[in-house]
Amino acid sequence: MTTSLLTTSYMVAAVLFILSLKGLSHPETARRGNQFGAVGMLIAVLAVALHGGVLTSPILLGTLLLATIIGALVASRVAMTDMPQLVAILHSFVGAAAVLVGLSNHMAPAVELTGIDKTIHDVETYLGIFIGSLTFTGSIIAWGKLQGVIRSKPLLMPGRHLLNLGMLLACVWLGWAYLGQGHDGLPELLIMTAIAGLIGIHLVMAIGGADMPVVVSMLNSYSGWAASAAGFMLSNDLLIIVGALVGSSGAILSYIMCRAMNRSFVSVILGGFGADEGAPPAGGGVPIEGALVATTAAEVVAQLKDATSVIIIPGYGMAVAQAQHPVKEIVQLLRGQGKQVRFAIHPVAGRLPGHMNVLLAEANLPYDIVLEMDEINDDFPTTDVVLVIGANDIVNPSALDDPSSPIAGMPVLHAWNAATCIVFKRGKGAGYAGVENPLFFKPKTRMLYGDAKKSVDDILSLLRG
Amino acid sequence: MIVGIAKEVGPGERRVAATPDSVTKLQSLGFDVVLEHHAGLAAGFADEAYAAVGARVGSQADAWAANVVIKVRPPAADEVDRLQAGQTLISYLYPAQNSALVERLQGRGVSAVAMDQVPRTTRAQKVDALSSTGNLSGYRAVIEAAHALQRPMGGQTTAAGKILPCKVLVIGAGVAGLAAIGAARALGAIVRAFDTRPVVKEQVASMGAQFLQVELEEDGSGQGGYAKEMSPAFIAAEMALFAEQAKDVDVIITTALIPGKRAPILITADMVRSMKRGSVVVDLAAEQQGNCELTSPGEAVVVDGVTIIGYTDMPSRLALQASTLYAQNVVHLLDEMGGAATFAIDEGNDIVRPMTVVKDGVRLPPTLSVPAAPASAGKPATAAASAPTKASSKSHGHGAPTGDTSWTVVAAMGVALFVIGLWAPQNFLTHLTVFVLACVIGYQVVWSVTPALHTPLMSVTNAISGIIVVGGMLQIGGGLDSAASVIGAIAIFLAALNISGGFLVTHRMLKMFRR
Repeated sequence: MTTSLLTTSYMVAAVLFILSLKGLSHPETARRGNQFGAVGMLIAVLAVALHGGVLTSPILLGTLLLATIIGALVASRVAMTDMPQLVAILHSFVGAAAVLVGLSNHMAPAVELTGIDKTIHDVETYLGIFIGSLTFTGSIIAWGKLQGVIRSKPLLMPGRHLLNLGMLLACVWLGWAYLGQGHDGLPELLIMTAIAGLIGIHLVMAIGGADMPVVVSMLNSYSGWAASAAGFMLSNDLLIIVGALVGSSGAILSYIMCRAMNRSFVSVILGGFGADEGAPPAGGGVPIEGALVATTAAEVVAQLKDATSVIIIPGYGMAVAQAQHPVKEIVQLLRGQGKQVRFAIHPVAGRLPGHMNVLLAEANLPYDIVLEMDEINDDFPTTDVVLVIGANDIVNPSALDDPSSPIAGMPVLHAWNAATCIVFKRGKGAGYAGVENPLFFKPKTRMLYGDAKKSVDDILSLLRG
Repeated sequence: MIVGIAKEVGPGERRVAATPDSVTKLQSLGFDVVLEHHAGLAAGFADEAYAAVGARVGSQADAWAANVVIKVRPPAADEVDRLQAGQTLISYLYPAQNSALVERLQGRGVSAVAMDQVPRTTRAQKVDALSSTGNLSGYRAVIEAAHALQRPMGGQTTAAGKILPCKVLVIGAGVAGLAAIGAARALGAIVRAFDTRPVVKEQVASMGAQFLQVELEEDGSGQGGYAKEMSPAFIAAEMALFAEQAKDVDVIITTALIPGKRAPILITADMVRSMKRGSVVVDLAAEQQGNCELTSPGEAVVVDGVTIIGYTDMPSRLALQASTLYAQNVVHLLDEMGGAATFAIDEGNDIVRPMTVVKDGVRLPPTLSVPAAPASAGKPATAAASAPTKASSKSHGHGAPTGDTSWTVVAAMGVALFVIGLWAPQNFLTHLTVFVLACVIGYQVVWSVTPALHTPLMSVTNAISGIIVVGGMLQIGGGLDSAASVIGAIAIFLAALNISGGFLVTHRMLKMFRR
């Protein structure tokens, strides 16, 4: 296979990858988009294998086959609620692969370079390994936090900003030493890999559970930049293109998530939501008035029977309790009675961008009744009943009217505008942000305490009966 | 700290700036309240009701001597002359139209806070008197139209024949327009609505009206939720639409205002003459000279059998409710200003600052986006009376950096590219070009991804970033004969895991998305 053919294959693959992302603009076209991506990947791998003469190499076939089988097994078994963990661990693989490709390339470079070309190449190698290593360890920590292996509270070391800065400077200094040495620079490279790994661990350890959507999309972005750096190193345009696509995609997602929480990217990265301010502020400037009023499943059912329009606001609590399936049945029953039932999704509900949409889709809920915050926020005043299932901060009115609240300015769902608002809650605690929620104390709000799954099941059986 | 409630002196004005209910709230903010004798009577609140909650009832002089004087309409000249340095006035002011009034207020050395200069932010909605009264005006416009109309709004089939439902056209889907749509729908009419801002289409549809559009694509969303002026071509298309609709509909309600300017003429005399006899035009922009050419501000006129209602006191016709809402807005504002204990005009406060027109006799520059007349000033097009466009913050709005920072970024990039161009080899630059273009494509493509599919987006990008497998494959050409090739093989393994896992799990997820 000639080099020109290889290049045209790259071109085809790159176009297919772009079409693949483009396809995701709508659920109708998304499946084809995914297939485009897979075909592009197949073309790219085949072309490289043919060109490199390793198509029949047992090493290649063996590793590919084994990895594909394991990947397929995991992917077909994973529960949709565990999607954040899976995405995080997959990011770590890309990071690790980038590190390994960089190291391997350092040991056995494809072409010997001299002068400025060599310097540029070394910088590319160094950067690729740095980003890769950071992505690798950071993703593992993110996985651990999402899986519950590591506690999700932010770990805040004293002088952590200085520590990060120090490690970063050390990497820069090592990089300078590495450039001077050329081939013998392996020790510097390895030490830098270790330090970058530490930075990754430290960065993600300092970030709390509620900020995970940002972290995961940020690591998504990093894994792209790592691939791009590898592409520069190998003079491979396809890698550069794919890396840039993935990198910008992750960056945009991070930006969207940050905006949904009204926080700057830097403040999320540097970590410690709510912890920076010490103890959770006790209500701040606006004292909470009113009392918590508990309700029962039977009362909720009576209200649902009288309602003509219902909005359900799911949060991470619904995912944890695996309540999406009974919720779907309730929705079907209510819709069968001619009621308007819709879902309102806050951009940062759950632990991954779009997490709630995936769970509701898994429960076979039609996506056209699942609406975004901006689409539905104006409809709350004309809604009879709002069910808040396992969500807290995303329906907190103090984000709007209490400037001293830590979540002030964050866009939230205006659940309190509805005629009745029922909050499913495990117990009387504050949300992840450690902020009291005045919504719970509003006169139109009723609290339904207990495990979300059990509450939903109770309502379902009463609705049927 | 004393709050004085002034009695309205404008002809026909029945509203009042505080109700007995809001007085108790003012008191809980720490204010003492003095009421001008009979200030609330026309709105349905007797002096006794205020006295019962602890307000002092006094003379006009008493009320105007308070630290903070609250009223509804802009003050008359003799009222302004009652004010002394150090006092604060809260009322509608319309500073852009009333420059003489503003100068007079400056001359008295007072502070003046305009209820009509509320910023269009979510946080400021609690003080947004324009929205709360706009809502009532829209409702009342329909009621006035129904009153003047010689037939019912809703349709029916009776033994004596069929009653056709009335057709209503609402121009401008701001707060007033949407309220009018709702009221007309509730009376059973067929409602159509027009607005230059396509973002309100959903809101119009949610109220049950049909959204009319002109063929031309142009977005009229301007700064701060107001509509901007449109191109001459758009205005021509829009006027043709109105002319066509005028022949068909029974009621036209216009609500098009452009902040700080004369309201645009949207319904010409010819259009009115083409309407059926007995039809009604309600012009909610009458106070700004009206959207209809034949409007006579403040009264109803009949031209060729068509009634044109130009009342400028719609909210005052619902004085009790309008006063209650306005009073609540005022309470929120005073709360925002610190209550009695820490009362101050804080120039750092994002609500108070834009509303403050004069501070201690000094004119503060306006912050509200009052559009300056463009050089090629055509005829202003339809605008909504007052609509905070929440939809404009839609999550796929391109979040390009704005202002000074973007220029610094551009400059820094320019310098960086210059330096790179000085010494970088051609080979590297070719790759850099590819990289930059791919970033731009990625940026464009990813913004079009619907938020519902963000998780699949992550897993698919994850899968394709497994392309790094190529890097490993380049290292194993000679078999597993070196450390480099073993490391390469491990890289292949990890990347391939990613590819198969990523694509498969994406496929699984996407399969679940169904309509």
